[in-house]
Amino acid sequence: MKTNYLKDFLNDTGEVARFSVRFFKEAFKPRFETTEFLKQCFFIGYKSLPLVTTTAFIMGLVITMQSRPTLVEFGAEAWLPQMISLSLVREIAPVITALICAGKIGSGIGAELGSMKVTEQIDAMEVSGTNPFKFLVVTRILATTLLVPILAIIAGAVSLYGGYLGANIHGVVSWDLFWNQIFESLYYGDVVPSIIKTFFFGFTIGAIGCYMGFSSNKGTEGVGRSANSAVVISSLIVFIMDLIAVQIADVLKLT
Amino acid sequence: MIEAMEQKIAHVVQESLPVIQIRHLYKSFGANQVLKNFSLDLIKGETMVVLGKSGSGKSVLIKCIIGLLKPDSGTISVFGKNIPDLDHDELDRVRAKVGFLFQSNALYDSMTVRENLEFPLRRHWIDLSKDEVFSLVSEALTNVGLADTLDMMPAELSGGMRKRIALARTLILKPEIILYDEPTTGLDPITGQEISSLMMELQKKYHTSSIIISHDMKCVKMVANRIAMLIDGTRYACDTYKALEASDDDRIKQFFK
Repeated sequence: MKTNYLKDFLNDTGEVARFSVRFFKEAFKPRFETTEFLKQCFFIGYKSLPLVTTTAFIMGLVITMQSRPTLVEFGAEAWLPQMISLSLVREIAPVITALICAGKIGSGIGAELGSMKVTEQIDAMEVSGTNPFKFLVVTRILATTLLVPILAIIAGAVSLYGGYLGANIHGVVSWDLFWNQIFESLYYGDVVPSIIKTFFFGFTIGAIGCYMGFSSNKGTEGVGRSANSAVVISSLIVFIMDLIAVQIADVLKLT
Repeated sequence: MIEAMEQKIAHVVQESLPVIQIRHLYKSFGANQVLKNFSLDLIKGETMVVLGKSGSGKSVLIKCIIGLLKPDSGTISVFGKNIPDLDHDELDRVRAKVGFLFQSNALYDSMTVRENLEFPLRRHWIDLSKDEVFSLVSEALTNVGLADTLDMMPAELSGGMRKRIALARTLILKPEIILYDEPTTGLDPITGQEISSLMMELQKKYHTSSIIISHDMKCVKMVANRIAMLIDGTRYACDTYKALEASDDDRIKQFFK
């Protein structure tokens, strides 16, 4: 049994790698599915915006409120903006955005492509003179790769605003002082790596969602399983990539 | 006089040339050998029914013809071109002339009826103007008697209506060959019969050749010029409905009971 799990795992890993290589091969060859790409950007970006910003706002507010008492105890309340800016911009905003997108977008892509697969819609597309990989997969992966970073940047800004409100619930920090302290404490080495990693998160969410949908079988049960695996696997990979990104930033002395 | 005769002979020869020629086709999935040395000819203008039990490889056969599955060995010549040898662009050019009606209709859930019908048009015939696309879509919908469903979503339609729309989408490119995968399965007998008559009517109107996979004997009797029996992965028999119905062979008789 154990060897089977290992075999399945290695098999799936190989397939995902092959799927990703195919994406790079097909993404830069014409014909480009611009209309479908823009449609996906709308669905993936615009429709996820309310959820991402709400969560980011709450995270910013809550983290600030919970960090405050400890800093007050050490008489370091003035460091509150610096502290939250680093944790929110470097870690919370990118990872929370990626996890929400894995849940909302990854499962959506997995279920949509999965049901298209089992109802022969992908085959129908192929006989209609369309490369389904280009039309369905390339557009979605490109959209997630480009839109997740934008969502993460917006999430970062909104979470800092949440932090500002959080800091003012029990204390008083002026608008100008708060933002001055934030921008003084943030360096390019904090912001750039955190944006770069969101491109990888976006790619992972799109690629895993599409792979799960495209390889789904066994009818409606398979569709459910695809949606579920898309979320679980992409969330896990997001955490692992985050771990690796932090190590790389550390080695490059960016922290 | 002689010229006219020559022309007539050329016409007759062309009419009787097979548009699809399958030779020694083998296809397996793992250890399961689905098609074993299957051969078949489809003559221009003919309606051929492929009859066989569920799981006998009928769908695999037509998916090999359209290039959705690659056979292990053998040749499938469609309009003189061997499908397994074609690259993607060449395959698309052949597919523009071959329609495929899916068993599950395969209508795109996220698109309206109009967008479903426009999809193959815009893909295969890129140069069409908006007006031309609209008139072709309207013509296709009128052909299947559903002109008023233009802006409806597939989920709002009944099973029979969905089948008609799928048929309209298949016919919109005016294909010379149509492959039907169990066109009446899952429909009530009356709707099934309606779809069968519609298929025959459109067949006559556009002079298409077709391969129909079915085990609905009412439909088979109505539409078939010839029937190929697919048993044990091979072509067990191939003849007219009447001849097969009169056969003494037990394996053939069980279908005509």
